[in-house]
Amino acid sequence: MSDFLRSYLTVAIFGGVAVALVGVLLGLGSFLRPSRPTATKTMAYESGVDPVGDMWSQSNIRYYVFALMFVLFDVEAVFIFPWAMRLETYGYFGLVEMAIFIFILVLGLAYAWRKGMLKWV
Amino acid sequence: MISLIAQITTGDDLLVAQNIFWWFFALVTVLAGIKVVTTDNIVHAALYLVIVLAGVAVQFVFLGSEFAAVTQVLVYIGAIVVLLLFGIMLTRGSLGDDQLVDTERRGMGALVALLLFGLMAFSLVDGFEDVVLPEDTRNLIEVEVPIDTDIDDDEFIRTQRGSDTAAIGDTIFESYIVPFEAVSVLLLAALIGAVVIARKE
Repeated sequence: MSDFLRSYLTVAIFGGVAVALVGVLLGLGSFLRPSRPTATKTMAYESGVDPVGDMWSQSNIRYYVFALMFVLFDVEAVFIFPWAMRLETYGYFGLVEMAIFIFILVLGLAYAWRKGMLKWV
Repeated sequence: MISLIAQITTGDDLLVAQNIFWWFFALVTVLAGIKVVTTDNIVHAALYLVIVLAGVAVQFVFLGSEFAAVTQVLVYIGAIVVLLLFGIMLTRGSLGDDQLVDTERRGMGALVALLLFGLMAFSLVDGFEDVVLPEDTRNLIEVEVPIDTDIDDDEFIRTQRGSDTAAIGDTIFESYIVPFEAVSVLLLAALIGAVVIARKE
């Protein structure tokens, strides 16, 4: 195994402990607690009021725009990382290129803002 | 699997550990992938897709591509799956109808999947047949680093080992600068399109 993968062994152990901890705690809970479900107990809790309708409802399309904007700026962030790693080497050329890249995306944000899509209704 | 047994007999413990991890994550990925297409609940399918994408991210780490792995987690698990879930919640009024997910076009779906698998497997084998993964993947990637930034001379640039993130940055800013800027226009178009569709109501 290379040193590179050896350093990821820590990540693997961390992830394994996290999964095992959740599994043990939940497993122990279900092992110890009595299980006597009734129709009233399994009903979704709505502050003491009986829930009305289906638990899945159609969401507003506005939320989709927020999700899509999140994707776009996530992709933008991904492109910024390699640039930031080699910032000094690229110099002003890199700075101008990245400024153009971000400016074009900010245009989209400004458009969405202007059209009132950023208001959380 | 045969190579794994061979390593156990030769006593190369660390390589064995690496291979066991590889097989474990490959198995988890494939099983989750099967669950994506067999589960009745479409929301569960989207959540199984998270496991598949995480498994692919782990395989990227095994290949020494840290940048691809982090991008996989950040963009696909963090953003694309969220977008998928929003898409599901938008298009389906009630998600209790389990029968809708299971279709009668299984044969056609299997055919398309098989063709896609064949095409990708062929192109991967054809493209990377002779490539051997080095012992330490990080050593291989060489990045030119100036010793002193004040001296503007190519002779003072030497090669030293760096992460693959820097190597990808070099590729973008040396060879693919125009596609890089075109990506921003593509993202802009996607955002404007979404705003236009959302405003129609």
